[in-house]
Amino acid sequence: MQGIYGGGMSLLAFYSRNSQEVLGLVGQHLYLVAISTGAAIVVGVPLGILLTRRPTWRGPVLGVANVFQTVPSLALFGFLIPLPFIGGIGATTAIVALVLYALLPIVRNTYEGVAGVDPAVREAGRGMGMTDWQLLTQVEFPLGFGVILAGVRVATVVSIGTATIAAAIGAGGLGVYIFRGVAVVDDTLILAGALPAALMALAADGLLGVAERRFAWRGK
Amino acid sequence: MTKPLEVAGLGYDLPGRGKGERRKTRPLVRDVSFTVAAGETLVLLGRSGSGKTTTLKLINRLLEPTSGEVRLAGERAADLPVTRLRRRIGYVIQDVGLFPHFTVERNVGLVPQLEGWPPARIAARGRELLALVGLDPDTFMKRYPHELSGGQRQRVGVARALAADPPLLLLDEPFGALDPITRVELQREFAALKGRLGKGMVFVTHDVREGLLLGTHIGLMLQGSLAFLGTPDEFRRSDHPECRAFMAAA
Repeated sequence: MQGIYGGGMSLLAFYSRNSQEVLGLVGQHLYLVAISTGAAIVVGVPLGILLTRRPTWRGPVLGVANVFQTVPSLALFGFLIPLPFIGGIGATTAIVALVLYALLPIVRNTYEGVAGVDPAVREAGRGMGMTDWQLLTQVEFPLGFGVILAGVRVATVVSIGTATIAAAIGAGGLGVYIFRGVAVVDDTLILAGALPAALMALAADGLLGVAERRFAWRGK
Repeated sequence: MTKPLEVAGLGYDLPGRGKGERRKTRPLVRDVSFTVAAGETLVLLGRSGSGKTTTLKLINRLLEPTSGEVRLAGERAADLPVTRLRRRIGYVIQDVGLFPHFTVERNVGLVPQLEGWPPARIAARGRELLALVGLDPDTFMKRYPHELSGGQRQRVGVARALAADPPLLLLDEPFGALDPITRVELQREFAALKGRLGKGMVFVTHDVREGLLLGTHIGLMLQGSLAFLGTPDEFRRSDHPECRAFMAAA
């Protein structure tokens, strides 16, 4: 009891003593997550849409994205280090790995959101003379947007957690405290990294969840 | 005067799976010919799988015919860009297919919007059409499809199909998903409405009573072919076994 109480107190004390460093690491963490999720959206959403137009590509593409998901994150970071251009120690490597993780939920949900539009709605749109582009931009994408956002939400929450491991390859972020805490067996230090990361994940989950429900046309 | 629709020798073979010799095709529609003049309604009657809906989709090229020719107001449908062709043909389907994220107003104004009409003209046309299908424009313009009953949705579906004043309307079991009372109500109103519109219509149904009520002509489809084509009176008197079977069900 006393330990937890004392830990809480020393956590606050730790933050007040190291506020500059904490803010810096939070900033780094947000940067890793924002850049990687943003890149995954830029790549993943068009890819998911492409799969709805080329159904035979769906199996192979989702399969490859799936494989990246199954590789343990620490191992993936390790594999990337020796690669030229994208590899090495630092944020670039971490961002590449985070993008690979974020791709699957975004590609899969984009595919399902767009392909899952009521066939009657699609047939009516085509039958009334919409071009494929008009059907996509005015009907399929807006109707699938809630499902696509759900994929972005999963990708973001996973990224926030996985980005803590990026500290292992020198990318910074809140994982710095966690690894340091594990190394010196200091719970307060571990908590100093884990708590803001968890709060960040909860906030992202909540905010994107609200946005997702706002765009849920399905079932109406 | 050219007719809204002329169909000659229309056929459609379902492409088979497999390659080379094993790639066999299955004919879904064979040698279907008919014409529809302005003010006429051709009812395509037939059992499930007889090729009625396929024939309809060959007309607006949701399926590409493998043989034969479709002419829309004298123009070969195959020569028109497919989107332009479809914007000149009203299309109503059983599941309506209103866009759930569009208001009634935007749903009805869809084709005019695609055609680039000015907004004021689209809005005026929308009000006019809603009144035409028996919906009060002030009450319904701003509603979303999920706020409508099944019968109201299909009224909007008909209004949407009429929006750009197409010479031809294709209707695929438009009242098939409605409850019996609403269905009869809409059938009666539609019978009155189509007389005023003076458009050519092709109306697909498997309900022989609906067909006899609404059709100026009946085309009976059997295994992809037109087994009978004539007026409702000729249909009633026909001794074709499939006609007799349908009359027995009426």
